[in-house]
Amino acid sequence: MIKHIKPAILMLLFFTVLTGIVYPLAVTFCAQTLFPNQANGSLLGSDEQPLGSELIGQVFSRPEYFWGRPSATSPAPYNGVASSGSNQGPTNPALIDAVKARIKGLRDADSVHSDSIPVDLVTASASGLDPHISPAAAAYQISRIAKARHISPDSVSELVDRYTEARQWGILGEPRVNVLKLNLALDQRLK
Amino acid sequence: MTENGLLQIILYFVALLLLAKPLGVYMAAVYENRPVFLNRILAPLEVGLYHLSGVKPEQEMRWKEYAAALLWFNLFGGLAVFALQMLQAHLPLNPQQMSNVTVDSAFNTAVSFMTNTNWQGYGGETTMSYLTQMLGLSVQNFVSAASGMAVLVALIRGFQRTHADGIGNFWADLTRGTLYILLPLSFVLALVLVGQGVVQTFKPYQTVPLVEQVGTATEKATQTLALGPAASQIAIKQLGTNGGGFFNVNSSHPYENSTPLANFLEMLAILLIPAALCHTFGTMVGDPRQGWAILAAMTLVFASLLFVTVGSEQGGNPLLTALGVEQSVGVDQSGGNMEGKETRFGIVNSALWATATTAASNGSVNSMHDSYTPLGGLVPMWLMQLGEVIFGGVGSGLYGMLIFVLIAVFVAGLMIGRTPEYLGKKIEAFEIKMAAIVILIPAFFILGGTSLAIMVEAGKSAVANPGAHGFSEILYAFSSAAGNNGSAFAGLSANSPFYNTALGITMLFGRYGIIIPVLAIAGSLAAKKTVPTTVGTLSTHTPLFVMLLIGTVLIVGALTFVPALALGPVVEHLVMVNGK
Repeated sequence: MIKHIKPAILMLLFFTVLTGIVYPLAVTFCAQTLFPNQANGSLLGSDEQPLGSELIGQVFSRPEYFWGRPSATSPAPYNGVASSGSNQGPTNPALIDAVKARIKGLRDADSVHSDSIPVDLVTASASGLDPHISPAAAAYQISRIAKARHISPDSVSELVDRYTEARQWGILGEPRVNVLKLNLALDQRLK
Repeated sequence: MTENGLLQIILYFVALLLLAKPLGVYMAAVYENRPVFLNRILAPLEVGLYHLSGVKPEQEMRWKEYAAALLWFNLFGGLAVFALQMLQAHLPLNPQQMSNVTVDSAFNTAVSFMTNTNWQGYGGETTMSYLTQMLGLSVQNFVSAASGMAVLVALIRGFQRTHADGIGNFWADLTRGTLYILLPLSFVLALVLVGQGVVQTFKPYQTVPLVEQVGTATEKATQTLALGPAASQIAIKQLGTNGGGFFNVNSSHPYENSTPLANFLEMLAILLIPAALCHTFGTMVGDPRQGWAILAAMTLVFASLLFVTVGSEQGGNPLLTALGVEQSVGVDQSGGNMEGKETRFGIVNSALWATATTAASNGSVNSMHDSYTPLGGLVPMWLMQLGEVIFGGVGSGLYGMLIFVLIAVFVAGLMIGRTPEYLGKKIEAFEIKMAAIVILIPAFFILGGTSLAIMVEAGKSAVANPGAHGFSEILYAFSSAAGNNGSAFAGLSANSPFYNTALGITMLFGRYGIIIPVLAIAGSLAAKKTVPTTVGTLSTHTPLFVMLLIGTVLIVGALTFVPALALGPVVEHLVMVNGK
């Protein structure tokens, strides 16, 4: 039984080199050659002046911007170095209180609105970094943004349509709106 | 369920079952040492590895030798992961200057990765240096998976051989599984994932200015984005039923699982090898129908439980409906219980992933299981408690299922009064004793561990959610550790000396407490003669046998765990529907 110690150690060494060094380096080399933008985080804007990542949401709380999913990261929402969900169970009073506060925030920001609120606007995402909201959640916010920016709801609605992504290949996933891109477009910072 | 939801699920099953046969045939060729198309590139590397390690790949090992080789190899692997974590602050490739990991957490993580569990008590982007992730965790992702597959192949040889001493050579099985199966598949998957937006870089974290600047501070508010060589690790963590994420929230992180297509492929990778190994088994024992029968049993259980999860999550949380929240599904939102789920995946892809990852002992997540509805969370928990045999881990799922096959054959033998046989081998007292150990060990650690945790303060204080859900968090943790799954009801603060130790020990027994009896069965079967099939032999590829097998798995699982489940998810469900 002792005779297996030597091959065990040597095999581990070789596999460490192969799967721990050669493999990730080979993947990195190919990835950086074939897909440099994606491999480095899908940044928007230029290399010198990045505007954020297309894939990572940012926090928005002013009325003139679309708000994303509530984020449970700490110490601040949308903390890109400490992804986290709320991990609150469905019957947890803390969850119910949080949802109530979010509903109040949305109602206060746009008091004339009486529609029921799309669920993704008041529930925390899994990562705390979700870059998307549902088209329903975007539509819900149009009147607030139009009012805050003194522009017509139709022009906001048009922009929402432009930044609504369909299901991938028409089948996979869910239709969604990229909040960061949409807000950059509202500020006319995105071509 | 919507038409599109059903379509996505059907597409998943079709892709999985279509790939099972070609990959299964290929893997059989790899393990039977027949030439495969990758030989030209990889054979010199394989031969070189044997030569440098002083291994003779054709030398047969008895089962005890095979087990010893595996245990030594896994032990040193675990020690390496442990050492890397204890020293990472002084080692290179640590751009974020992560400090050394605490002893109990390092022990837990080392055990977790060597046992193919990949339970994570820590947050990846805040704890582990790039070096630890690569040299420690990624390496174990490969070799712990290859170890599981090796044990399966050894068991299959037990059925194949007659009057034989040996069950193969562990070093050869380990090497061939890694080189010819896991590496090429991971390489291709990793590159496709990068194309979809999964990051793969050695640059330090990226800082970007926030679009919305709050306050009037002169310094701009910024966001720092965690990066790293993620795709290469994600590919193998999905394919090798490992599940240990690069980032804290695993595959719900947009840099770990960027698009619906990336999600589909990562999800497919969870069940791909476990499903294909059924066909490998059928091919190697010379009767593909035997493999298809087992795959059918797995698929049926998986599909039925899947609809419970999807239905329950799509139904949403009645407590939120009462507040005026719109949870119904429509063209412009997926609706349902969206707490802890990502918009791009919605309900169907989150629930499908949750079911697949717990059916297999993968344990990666793309949504937070802790926030699932009670019944939606019950299914993943029960799938782990069934012994991780519905697809299960790579290798470990099928060798676990073959143990249930032996039990099913034994039960049938008792009913018709014949000596039970499977694939021409008489199943006798020794095999059934070993099978009983395999079934009892996880049950003992799940129920015993949970009981212990709710009796001590260190166990109870870690709970995040009040009431029955808190109990579910603990039960889930021990089910996950014993089944070598690795997913969590992540509200539980498990990074404490108590949980790191208790779950670490559970993982060790959940892995090696199964592997050793399975290898013993392999050795015992290989030594037996093959009895000829007669008209009285129970055929094990018929729909009747598939039903018998499903019944055996479900009855054992239900009898053992229904009382515990009643205290957790069932109570919570009743509370929720009564609007409390």
